Amino acid sequence: MSALRLSTITKSFGDNAILKGISLEAEAGEFIALVGPSGCGKSTLLRIVAGLEHPTSGSVMAAGRELTALAPADRNVAMVFQSYALYPHLTAGQNIAVPLAMRELTRAQRLPIIGNLLPGQKQIRTAIQAQVAEMARSLKIEHLLDRKPGQMSGGQRQRVALARAMVRRPSLFLMDEPLSNLDANLRVHARGEIVDLHRRAGVPTLYVTHDQAEALSMADRVAVMISGNLLQLAPPQVIYDDPAHIEVARFLGQPRINTLDTLVAHGQTVALGNIRLQVGGSVRERDEVIIAIRPEHLSVLPRSQNGLAAHVERMEFLGSEVIVYTRLDGLNQPVVAKLTPVEAAGLSAQMPVSLVAEPERIMIFAKDGIRLTAKPVSVDALEAAHG
Amino acid sequence: MSPQSTFTLGRAVRLGLLTLGALMFLAPYIFMMSAAGKGQSEIFTSSLSLIPEHSFFVQNFTKAFTRVNMPGLLFNGVVVCALILVFQVLIAVPCAYALAKLNFRAARLMMALVMLGLLVPIHATALPLYVAFNNLAVLNSYTALVAPFSISVFGIFLFLQFFRAMPDDLIHAARLDGMSEIGIVARVIVPNAWPAITAFAIFSVVAHWNDLYWPLIVISNQAYATPPLGLLYFRAAEAGDDYGALMAATFIITLPLVLAFLLAQKRFVEGITMTGLKG
Repeated sequence: MSALRLSTITKSFGDNAILKGISLEAEAGEFIALVGPSGCGKSTLLRIVAGLEHPTSGSVMAAGRELTALAPADRNVAMVFQSYALYPHLTAGQNIAVPLAMRELTRAQRLPIIGNLLPGQKQIRTAIQAQVAEMARSLKIEHLLDRKPGQMSGGQRQRVALARAMVRRPSLFLMDEPLSNLDANLRVHARGEIVDLHRRAGVPTLYVTHDQAEALSMADRVAVMISGNLLQLAPPQVIYDDPAHIEVARFLGQPRINTLDTLVAHGQTVALGNIRLQVGGSVRERDEVIIAIRPEHLSVLPRSQNGLAAHVERMEFLGSEVIVYTRLDGLNQPVVAKLTPVEAAGLSAQMPVSLVAEPERIMIFAKDGIRLTAKPVSVDALEAAHG
Repeated sequence: MSPQSTFTLGRAVRLGLLTLGALMFLAPYIFMMSAAGKGQSEIFTSSLSLIPEHSFFVQNFTKAFTRVNMPGLLFNGVVVCALILVFQVLIAVPCAYALAKLNFRAARLMMALVMLGLLVPIHATALPLYVAFNNLAVLNSYTALVAPFSISVFGIFLFLQFFRAMPDDLIHAARLDGMSEIGIVARVIVPNAWPAITAFAIFSVVAHWNDLYWPLIVISNQAYATPPLGLLYFRAAEAGDDYGALMAATFIITLPLVLAFLLAQKRFVEGITMTGLKG
């Protein structure tokens, strides 16, 4: 039984299809990052899981329970919003207590003044206060409990929002870009903290972000969404090294993956310089395909017979690495390489160079973006073919 | 020395103009206070003096309190204004919340009706309302004074603008925390809408405390008269209009609003700048 199962969820506003049939399953305690460019529908999907929006079709199940028709409050899911959405008129402590008070106290007990006179109300309130205090201790925000959101910094608000979400012990955790309003240093720190909290609580988590670094560094599995489709759901390493779709490959990785349009040659092979690749699948001769290679899998060498002839356009020194922007001679196409400072030592702008790719790292995609298998053909076979 | 504290010619001119303007606007009020202290004969002399020759303050104010039931008038004014305000807020806040934050099919139609309501003055509906109240036998009652104003389209419109600016996430968070829609209005919207509610309260109380038109139509029994209606009883007295006493009474009934304004001056200005409306 999976902790969360989304089945072919679609959502459209009028003729505008936002989600085009999303299916996804999360195991117990799993951390899944939903990542994609803005407007890809990831936040809409999250709101559908929360019950804040209704899917046009499809179903949401959690721990074997059908949630699709339930109100947000009955789903026992917690959500952290990008804006944190703390109640501005309540202190941090009161903010954290709200979900508990709404669940533990009856409607009559919540009434002002009258509620205070009802039996049992005091004990429940005391229990809630104890839980709030415990939560505050575990997030180290005890000193903030009496402050209102307006008197807190972004990082502090974010912690209070986390506390408010976690205090009710939800069966599912939803986060909508909770770190995007923090400054860069704090963001890296908060990343580690959220992963830590998730590990301790063991609650399955759906985490929406447009930041690939967050997705890759935090998640057990990453789901890449592009324009309403879920293109791939896989562990970070797999999704980076072995993307199933050209859009996934393009979205992940900084700098972006290099792509080159080419035609399939005789015998289902594709040539890149003097590397030849055998393409699998149903491609035929003269079909258009896309060759893709990540910048870190390219070497930039002094001009030689091997590799692709290119000129260096400019170089960016980033400390631990150097980004080299080159342009292929003849094809006039930009290619980016990521080198270590040592490798980049002899290079300078306008220098003629040769680009050499690691053959096993070259990926081939069909024109519609689907990944094709590519097997380097050995040099012997190459020579035999030429001979 | 900061440039603001230097006394330049330009600053003197500005201050002079402002003082002159303030005096012009205050003149009727000052004249009213002056007349409240004059005897009947002195009011009708051709000379114009602000300080009464013979002080009739005590006599005029005594008349103001004895000729009409002044505490009763003020009490009616407070009750009517409070009831109107309570009903207006109770109705306008949930309505504005629904229009601003809920998606439902009739929202556009309701919005159009609100705009239409803004365009229709009370004078257009006065006659049908009067006939209806007469048939219901509720003339001369608090109901007749309060009911026509219990739904304020102006209030709905003002709150609508304010609520639209509230973040959707706040309402989503409240729903996830388990609040009902009514709970959201009571626990999230209202506590965060005090600036708008205060501004609206000022507009509403000023308008209804000073309203003469509607009480004049539906009230003929002195027991339900509001302060402005009470002033009419100083006219048509046997010996002609008693202006001294009338001015004294006017001074008494304007006093609560003046005091309220002085106390809530900051809020008042905030409210007007927030809504971008004139009173």
